[in-house]
Order: sequence, then C-alpha cells, then structure tokens
Amino acid sequence: MSDYNFAYLDEQTKRMIRRAILKGIAIPGYQVPFASREMPMPYGWGTGGVQVTAACLTPDDTLKVIDQGADDTTNAVSIRKFFQRTAQVATTEKTGKASVIQTRHRIPEEPLREDQILVYQVPIPEPLRFLEPRETETRKMHALEEYGLMHVKLYEDIARHGHIATAYAYPVKVEGRYVMDPSPIPKFDNPKLESAAIQLFGAGREQRIYAIPPFTRVVSLDFEDHPFEASKAAHPCDLCGATHSYLDEVITDDAGGRMFVCSDTDYCTTRQEAGHRGRLSPQEDAA
Amino acid sequence: MTAPITPLLSVRDLRKTYGHRIGCADVGFDLYPGEVLGIVGESGSGKSTLLSCLAGHLEPDQGEVVFDTRADGPRDTRRMSEPERRMLGRTDWAFVHQHARDGLRMGVSAGGNVGERLMAVGARNYGNIRNEAIDWLGRVEIDETRVDDRPSAFSGGMQQRLQIARNLVTGPRLVFMDEPTGGLDVSVQARLLDLLRGLVRDMGLSAIIVTHDLAVVRLLAHRLMVMKSGHVVEHGLTDQVLDDPQHSYTQLLVSSILQV
Ligand SMILES: Nc1ncnc2c1ncn2[C@@H]1O[C@H](COP(=O)(O)OP(=O)(O)OP(=O)(O)O)[C@@H](O)[C@H]1O
Ligand SMILES: [Mg+2]
Repeated sequence: MSDYNFAYLDEQTKRMIRRAILKGIAIPGYQVPFASREMPMPYGWGTGGVQVTAACLTPDDTLKVIDQGADDTTNAVSIRKFFQRTAQVATTEKTGKASVIQTRHRIPEEPLREDQILVYQVPIPEPLRFLEPRETETRKMHALEEYGLMHVKLYEDIARHGHIATAYAYPVKVEGRYVMDPSPIPKFDNPKLESAAIQLFGAGREQRIYAIPPFTRVVSLDFEDHPFEASKAAHPCDLCGATHSYLDEVITDDAGGRMFVCSDTDYCTTRQEAGHRGRLSPQEDAA
Repeated sequence: MTAPITPLLSVRDLRKTYGHRIGCADVGFDLYPGEVLGIVGESGSGKSTLLSCLAGHLEPDQGEVVFDTRADGPRDTRRMSEPERRMLGRTDWAFVHQHARDGLRMGVSAGGNVGERLMAVGARNYGNIRNEAIDWLGRVEIDETRVDDRPSAFSGGMQQRLQIARNLVTGPRLVFMDEPTGGLDVSVQARLLDLLRGLVRDMGLSAIIVTHDLAVVRLLAHRLMVMKSGHVVEHGLTDQVLDDPQHSYTQLLVSSILQV
C-alpha cells in the first residue's frame, strides 16, 4: 500500500512534464525547460530521469533501471525500489522484457525496440557550457545554429592529446539541427543513439528535458582528418567472450591482475546463459 | 586616390541615448574601402557608444548604418535579422576590444582562439585550421611554439596581438577597434601600432579606430572625427585636422597633446 499518487508525482505535474516531453520529441535535440520538482532523493541521483520516468509510466509497464550498465548498484536499486513502492509496476533486469528503461551512463547493448522508452539521467544538458558559461548566449547559439564553438572544444582536445580525447558525453548533432549532449555515456554508445526506441533525457537540477524520437539521424561531431571513432578497450569480455560490447576493467588482485567484463550485466549474463564463454569463465564440471 | 562610388559603410543621423543622457547624436559619415577612420575625443564623449552602435553591439535609437554586403550590396544593418548580423560579425566584420580578455577565450589555446572563426564558418579540417592559426600567429609576431599555450600565459601585448589575429583570420573587410593600444606600455604600443599599420596596408583593410591617443590616429588614420559630448565637432583628413584644427575643442585637444 502507498499513500502516494501513482508514480509519486501528482497528475498536474506529470501533465506538465509530458507536455515538455512531447515538445522535446517534436523538436529533436532541443532542450525544453520544465519546472523540476523536489524529489525524495538528492540531485545527482537522477531526479531529472526519475521525473521523466514517473511521467511516462503506466500500471502495465515493466521497468528496468541501470547505472553504468548494472542493475544492482545503489543508485539503480533505490530508483527501482522507489517505483516499485510508488507505482507498483513490474520490474526486470532483462533489457528485452522492459518497456521503460531508466539509465545512467550507458545504452544497453541489446538493440532496443519501437515499443520501448529509454530515459537518461542527465547532469549537465548544455553541450556548449564548457566554453560559454552564459546561458543567454548558449541559447542564442542554439537558436541561430552557431555551433563553431563545439569544434573549438574538439580542436583543443586534439591540440592537447593528439586525438579527440573526449570519451564521454561526446557531442552529437540531432537530425541535422540541434547539437546535443548525450549525457555521460561512453562515445562507444553514440552509434546506438540512432534507435527504434524513444529516448528521453531529463536534467533535474538544470530543469531541462530533451528527446530523440525513434529512427532519428544522430551524428557525432568530428573533423575530416580526425573522424569520430566509437572506440572501446581492445579485448573480448573475459566472462562471455563478447567482442563488440563495452567493457569495464576490473582489478582482480593486488599483483596487477585485471579482467575485462561487459559493463552491461544483463547482456553478459544472457550470453553466458546461452553458453558463451570468455578467458576467465569458470571451468565447467564434467557432469 | 579615386574613391569608389559605393562607400563600404554609410552612417546617417545616428543617435543613442541612455535615458536622458546622450551617448551620441547626429552622427553621419561615409567610410570607403581601404580607408581608416580615427575617432578621438575626451573620456565620456561617446566614442565607445558610437562604435558599439556601428558594430551592432548596441541598438541605436535612430539612424542608419548601411554596409556594402558582398552578396546583396548596401544594406541597413539595423534592418537585418539577428542571424544575418551575427554572421557579419564573424565574417566580414571584426571587433578588437580594448581589453584583450574581452575579445579572447582565456580558457582556450592560442590556436583554438585563432581557429574559432574558421570553425564558425564551417572549417572542419583540423590540420588546415591549425596551419592557418600558426600562419596568423606568425603574422602577429607570436612564435608558433606558443600555439598550444593559453592566452593567460601571454603578456598584455601578446594577448592584444592574439586578439587581432583571431579577428583577422577570416579576412574581414571592416575592423572596429576600441582603444587597441590602451593599457599597454609605450614601447609595446609602438610595436603594436607598427604591426597594425602593416596589416591594414597589406590586407587593404577598412577600419574604424577609437582612441584617446592622437599619435595612434596620426600613424593609422586617413581621416579623423573629433567628438565632444556625443557630437562630432570636427571631421576631416587626419593631417589637416591635427595641423590646422578649426574647432576650439580640437585646438585644445591638439595643444594639450603637444604640451605633453
Ligand atoms: N551603459 C550606459 N548607461 C548609461 N550611460 C552610459 C552608458 N554607457 C555610456 N554612458 C554615457 O554615455 C556617454 C558616452 O560614453 P562612452 O562610453 O561612449 O564614452 P567614451 O568616449 O567611449 O569614453 P572613454 O574614453 O572613457 O571610453 C557618457 O556620458 C557615459 O556616461
Ligand atoms: Mg570608451
């Protein structure tokens, strides 16, 4: 039992957020201001994503929450519990079974479908903020499509590191118009931003919502002579042997031992269950 | 020198007030391609106000600022849409601020500062952008080994030269400068003036230079406008105005400099 309205927020607030979401979908990549509400969790814990999820959920939904690809981190667990308690929705760890997925820092490896919604938690929605702190000016730059500054940032990267060193929150241009911060996902995930699912981005502290509608063109910014690369560690997963999934490096002992494992836990377990093996998979018992 | 028929910039009846106070009023002049116009006058006489109105940074109360655009010929910049005006601001126009830090991105390398305007108009080849930036650093006498340093590591004179390079890299046709040598040591000023004179001559730039310093206009400006209390009190060829000032205020200005 719960004393809350369904999914915690009152209907008035959810309507307001849905209007912002619809506007965001109508103008792909455009940051729509919204009146972010106080949530029973601190900023930085995904209050923007939580409000977007709350506005999207219906009683029939199945919710999955991931943090850096894992379903069992404190952040993911507490958000999942929050919606179990306030919306009594079913939850899952299986990407394919979820209708709504709230995420921080990753896009699931398994391609998403048209009947799924991916909700991102966003700390800083403004991709131009790094070089232009004035909000009035960045708004104008978006309005007038003045995006040269974005390339100045990439130029600085190459000048300093010899290559584009930006590895997370790599800026993209959406449907040939708005430049957007995809939230701190690894650039490896950028190609997955072109998806069949609806992608919604919520920034709580900064009070912005933006969206990528299904099958929208999303291009990662780059230079002709330094083209974008969706790079990852050059290893297969040590547990499931996957060669094209994003890997976390795990230190295994204090003698320099380390292993690489899929950051998407569901993807990795599903592959292991299907019989895939990696370098460090436990030896099978001869049954 | 035969003047072309179409002025590059044509200003008519320009006026800007701040409440009851006059910023500038009744200003009109023509600037022809390749010409450098100096604007002098005491503090508070309206020089910066006028320059800001011309460059579109301030909205004048009335008047016309007609610029001879590459694409469509003479157009009143006040009637342009904001995107058009901002596009002019990073292509055919340049603005050199008195304080270099107002015109530079202090958190960005010298190369990035110079390259910004190129990227703003669509340059997308890193190697070309960098080479052009290095070329421009050379033209303003900054060693190419400094290309990756931030302007905060530069002296005042270097910062000002960097600001000039950053502005000129897209080959603008009209440069606005507000006290470009202000706040610099005398010896540094002299070097900067030399440099500016060379660039203006080599690139055939048209420029409007606001200054307190009659030495600056003597060296750079073909024509001179003297302002007092927001109004132009004298206007003519630089040498004529300085050597034979007609207005009593100009006479005072010239003699006060000579006394120094
Ligand atoms: N933002 C403002 N608000 C109100 N009054 C202003 C403003 N800016 C300038 N003024 C007034 O307008 C007049 C012209 O100022 P302006 O800054 O154009 O002079 P200036 O010739 O550039 O002076 P300086 O040589 O000191 O830079 C002055 O009386 C000034 O006090
Ligand atoms: Mg001034």
